[in-house]
Amino acid sequence: MSPTSGFSRQAAIAGIGATEFSKDSGRSEWRLACESVLAALADAQIGVEEVDGFALFTMETNPEIAVARALGIPELTFFSRIPHGGGGACAPVQQAALAVASGVADVVVVYRAFNERSGHRFGQGPPSFAYVHNTDQEYRNWINPYGLLTPAAQEAFLARRYMHKYGATSADFGAVSVLSRKYAASNPKAWFYQRPITIEDHQSSPMIADPMRLLDCCQESDGGQALVIVSAERARDLPHRPALISGAAQGVGPQQISMSSYYRDDIDAMPEVELVAQQLWRQAGLGPQEIDAAILYDAFTPMLLLQLEEYGFCERGEAKDLIASGALEIDGRLPVNTHGGQLGEAYIHGVNGIAEAVRLIRGTSVNQPAKSIDNVLVTGGSPVPHSALVLSADH
Amino acid sequence: MSDTPAAPRPTSVPPLIVTQDNEFWFAGAREGRLLIQRCGDCGTLRHPPGPVCPHCRSFEWDTVESARRGTLHSWTVVHKPQDPGFRYPLVVGLVDLAEGTRLVADFDDLGEGGADRLRIDMPVEVFFGEHPHGETLPRLRLAAEEAGA
Repeated sequence: MSPTSGFSRQAAIAGIGATEFSKDSGRSEWRLACESVLAALADAQIGVEEVDGFALFTMETNPEIAVARALGIPELTFFSRIPHGGGGACAPVQQAALAVASGVADVVVVYRAFNERSGHRFGQGPPSFAYVHNTDQEYRNWINPYGLLTPAAQEAFLARRYMHKYGATSADFGAVSVLSRKYAASNPKAWFYQRPITIEDHQSSPMIADPMRLLDCCQESDGGQALVIVSAERARDLPHRPALISGAAQGVGPQQISMSSYYRDDIDAMPEVELVAQQLWRQAGLGPQEIDAAILYDAFTPMLLLQLEEYGFCERGEAKDLIASGALEIDGRLPVNTHGGQLGEAYIHGVNGIAEAVRLIRGTSVNQPAKSIDNVLVTGGSPVPHSALVLSADH
Repeated sequence: MSDTPAAPRPTSVPPLIVTQDNEFWFAGAREGRLLIQRCGDCGTLRHPPGPVCPHCRSFEWDTVESARRGTLHSWTVVHKPQDPGFRYPLVVGLVDLAEGTRLVADFDDLGEGGADRLRIDMPVEVFFGEHPHGETLPRLRLAAEEAGA
């Protein structure tokens, strides 16, 4: 296959930068955004005043104009914001790649910065915007009054149905958690650095929304993570190996509802994810067999199994067997979430995972596999409108 | 069942977003009737309500009243966090109604055995009860033949 998409490999992630990841940053979300943007620009060795674009996704409280103003960035020619929270985590990179490839902007920065642990915790109940009376929030009529108030509770129907259909068990979900904490244990930036868990720890962790236990749920974190996107041509002149954006896609499937697409025939399938996968393979001229490592959005462990299947790394229902085979380990066929994921490193709404994919391409992950890493899949959240990327080495 | 709103309890449940597209459904619920929207042209049932039929794009619609029986498609038992509007552990079900649409609602006390009694595809019934802001909305219980089992 050959790349067919006009923007494939025309843009690259040239800089990554983050604050520390914590449970109480002690400073404003605005400051976290500014710190992470400066760190990413310093990593790319690009001047702050050169930034002419920002691409964000919703649930970001720091508007691009606040960050541009604070940092003295004089002009922006491109700014966009993608809806649907973590499902859109990879979509701003697509926006940036489109802007750069088309010449609308030259240096586009993506960031997510929040105090999601010391401030409003997504796991505690509906966010403030849930109380706005409009069609965007109308879907809550059919879940919130019955007690499905958190993402964990809203995903539980799918998890149970998946278990029923394919014979997956809580311990199969727990295997994801154990592996993520193993990777996090050797990542000094991870909140759970040097704190691995066993499957017994997972199985004895309290039920949150049956069948999901505490250790099936990602962390809640404070922190900021930024990415700098420029043309591939420019990236080749910058200090780091470029992480070429060879695929970047969004997807909405039939009868899509945020977190609660419960009215489809099969609630345990995610057609929006399959739609993104098809676009990525077509754009990048690759298939799942050519992906060397993956960063899969792990707000909750069952989603990692479902995404492995939707992206074609195994047949439906067989993700538990793929994981049990050791394929996701550092020396396996497809190392997954080598930074420890959002279960182990931090919950920066998926953007810290994009940074890890860049490190894997550069060869600088703290858990760098011994094999050559030429193509990395990075995914956004599900079951919501979805997005994902394929990042590739430049050769 | 009273339609008089109860004193509001402190809860994080957002107030219902009642619109011209869905007010019929909430009005039905206040009367203890479980309504399902039906396309006025092709007859396809749909839930949750919406302004137009996704199959034939007709804006014409009426309703059918559900017999309030179905089978359990999936469920969860919510333990944490706990909202003051509910009693925990809170069992919430997704039901395949006999008419062919699905419905989310919370279970009444399941009695001895609790949620351990539940299994996928078991028969359930819909009844109506008070919810966190005092609204009358659907609730679930095991079908009579299961309740005594």
